[in-house]
Amino acid sequence: MPSFLKKLKIADYVIAAILVAFFGYVALTVEGKLNYEWRWELIPNYILRYREDQDVWFANLLLQGLFNTIRISIYASVLALILGTILGIARTAENLTVRMLARTYLELLRNIPPVVIVFIFFFFLSQQLIDWLNLDRWARGIARSDNVHIWEFFFGEMRRFPSLIAGVIVLALFESAFVGEIVRAGIQSIPQGQREAARSIGMSRLQEMRYIVLPQAMKKVVPPMANQFITLIKDSSIISLISVQELTYKTVELVASTRLIFEAWLTTAAFYFVICFTLSMLFRRLERQR
Amino acid sequence: MPGEIIIQADHIDKFFGTFKALDDVSLTVRQGERVVVCGPSGSGKSTLIRCFNGLENHDAGRLTVEGVELHEGSPKIRELRQNVGMVFQQFNLFPHLTVLENLTIGPMKVRKLSRRAAEETARKYLDRVHIPEQADKKPGQLSGGQQQRVAIARSLCMEPRVMLFDEPTSALDPEMIGEVLDVMVELAQSGMTMVVVTHEMGFARKVADTMVFMEQGRIVETSPPETFFTNPESARARLFLDQILEH
Repeated sequence: MPSFLKKLKIADYVIAAILVAFFGYVALTVEGKLNYEWRWELIPNYILRYREDQDVWFANLLLQGLFNTIRISIYASVLALILGTILGIARTAENLTVRMLARTYLELLRNIPPVVIVFIFFFFLSQQLIDWLNLDRWARGIARSDNVHIWEFFFGEMRRFPSLIAGVIVLALFESAFVGEIVRAGIQSIPQGQREAARSIGMSRLQEMRYIVLPQAMKKVVPPMANQFITLIKDSSIISLISVQELTYKTVELVASTRLIFEAWLTTAAFYFVICFTLSMLFRRLERQR
Repeated sequence: MPGEIIIQADHIDKFFGTFKALDDVSLTVRQGERVVVCGPSGSGKSTLIRCFNGLENHDAGRLTVEGVELHEGSPKIRELRQNVGMVFQQFNLFPHLTVLENLTIGPMKVRKLSRRAAEETARKYLDRVHIPEQADKKPGQLSGGQQQRVAIARSLCMEPRVMLFDEPTSALDPEMIGEVLDVMVELAQSGMTMVVVTHEMGFARKVADTMVFMEQGRIVETSPPETFFTNPESARARLFLDQILEH
């Protein structure tokens, strides 16, 4: 018997029994009252599907969505890190205007619901940017070219490329505010003496920031930054609202066409959980090793 | 034969809010001169030398360092700081860099020297502060005395014309004070212009050309060490000396 089982007391068994009864009841209600027919056996097909005519396995809706979520999360994190670092530096700038602008951005993002922000960013910013760069035409060009496979590995379906970029930009802009706060805290945790020492050997403010303050600050903010990355993965489901083809959006699609409401959403929840929980455990272990 | 004037303070005042940290302070430091500034804590000693390299800005009066007048936002302040070395009470070494990198980052990034040239200079000065073997360690692995000697070497690597010391031994364990003072004495003997804020009167007696005694933001007495230690003009300086020499 594993050691943790020996520690269980009667109360623990009672609580476990109540929980099992509760979820059993919920499942039965779903099946009975809602007259829902569980069809779990269909789900694997929507993750990975075997195509007999071509004799290949290919990623179906859910896995495509998962891959896109991972892509978007990685790109948005990189972008958010860059923007957030600039924002964090701006928050500690000597110039009042710069400081006020950064503060305004932060407070706006903190006090407007994420969904509203996503729509505003989408229509006012990223959409304009995509039109202006003429990304649509460029992506269609790539989709017809020979090395489309390499592009698709990095960006998913090329016809959807502009939408993916829009999603990345929106998500990055949104998260950058929080990354900025983390960076600011990191910068402010560096003792004043470090800056004075840098200045006393003739460094400019920029050099002082780049060679002395930021390297130390960034090291300190790795743990909160890792947490923010996990938050970003979860937040990425918001951009399904602007039709970015990530996991949540694909699930909506799947549910709409197959009525596998509970199965599909539970599977998607499991995907998010596994990714975020694994990362969180991984970061915790890395943190302990440092 | 007095050398050329390096630092010239004329009637400078400095406020922190309503607190007057410097009150009508005038002081001249010449090439090759060793000035030791002493006085009770809160008397404005540190503030004074921090003004000399622009870490604080004075509010009134005139301050010229190497012929450049300092004021808030002086455009030449960076150039000037390269010629004015500063050693802090808390060492302020860069903990994320090795000892050698601490010494080379200034020359490389500010003076745009090549890595080779910068490392050559750095090793020369590490030799001079007697810790050439510590070059590849991180500051955190060194003792306080070693760290302060690295900090002195870091300043020297910029080849400054004058060195400012802000209570360099106050944060050290007693057994490490000697090694830092030895380095400073050697530096003084090499002809470096120095302004030192310290309570180490033994060191002052050994190297000072001029003793400056401050109290409540004012310079109360400026005199050669012979006079200052045996027969100070002001009653306050006498009392101060009695207090710290008693122990």
